[in-house]
Amino acid sequence: MGRQFAPTEPYLVGREKVREFARAVFATSPIHFDPEAARAAGHADVVAPPTFPVVVQEHTLAQLLAEPDAGIDFSRVVHGDQRFSYSRAVVAGDELTATLAVTSVKTLGGNAMVTAESTMTDASGDHVVTAISTLVVRGDDA
Amino acid sequence: MTAASAATPFDGAAPDLAALAVGDVVAERTVALTRDSLVRYAGASGDFNPIHYRDDVAASVGLPGVLAHGMLTMGIAVQPVVDWVGDPARVADYQVRFTRPVVVDPADGAELTIVAKVGQVDAEAGTARIDLTVSAAGATVLGKAQVQVRLA
Repeated sequence: MGRQFAPTEPYLVGREKVREFARAVFATSPIHFDPEAARAAGHADVVAPPTFPVVVQEHTLAQLLAEPDAGIDFSRVVHGDQRFSYSRAVVAGDELTATLAVTSVKTLGGNAMVTAESTMTDASGDHVVTAISTLVVRGDDA
Repeated sequence: MTAASAATPFDGAAPDLAALAVGDVVAERTVALTRDSLVRYAGASGDFNPIHYRDDVAASVGLPGVLAHGMLTMGIAVQPVVDWVGDPARVADYQVRFTRPVVVDPADGAELTIVAKVGQVDAEAGTARIDLTVSAAGATVLGKAQVQVRLA
């Protein structure tokens, strides 16, 4: 409870990765694809779609699921809800470091609800975005 | 400079906050999903859970079929708002609850319908809350889908 994990290795946001992710979520804004359009809008490079931080968050959730003490069976995990709170948008060239904290564990009718918060900062240590997931771990009978 | 599409020429300008009223529909879109979309999203996101591309695995865990990644539905659902708001960096907060899975048929795929409405306007803070109604096969698939945008 309130347990904090070690920060992940820095994740370097690549321009082509931003474009690939943007295509995969059916994004059309030229600010995701065209560095000129992004610069015209005041950004250093192409801007990642709002849900892009999930790519970095995956690394932190992998830490949680790999934890033998947590006893979480991946095949029983269902995504309950998801939130992103941004201080600023993620831009190609960012180096993001994520720190995972488990902020709440609740049991409800045989299921466990785990809330995991991944706080992402840039190379200067400034906050960029916090990704919050609630994972529902189905009990044996559920 | 490129245009997003013929229907929505891109100018990047923010909508006028003062002109917004609660209940206004600011964007609507229908997106056709196929199994190809799921494979593409798996590669882009790194989420290779086989329930998103293998019928046998989906059936073995009691699912009605191969499902779209919840995060793919979340990622698509915000796009009409991104285009309306002019710059993805104006999204300050985005949350959803996954309430119903989106089953993607191997031949016919699935159709996601997104309606984005103004839920709240805060003139002082220069922000608006946009509420999304996202449905597939006639049923809503996301709950409490809310996007906070900075307009001033």
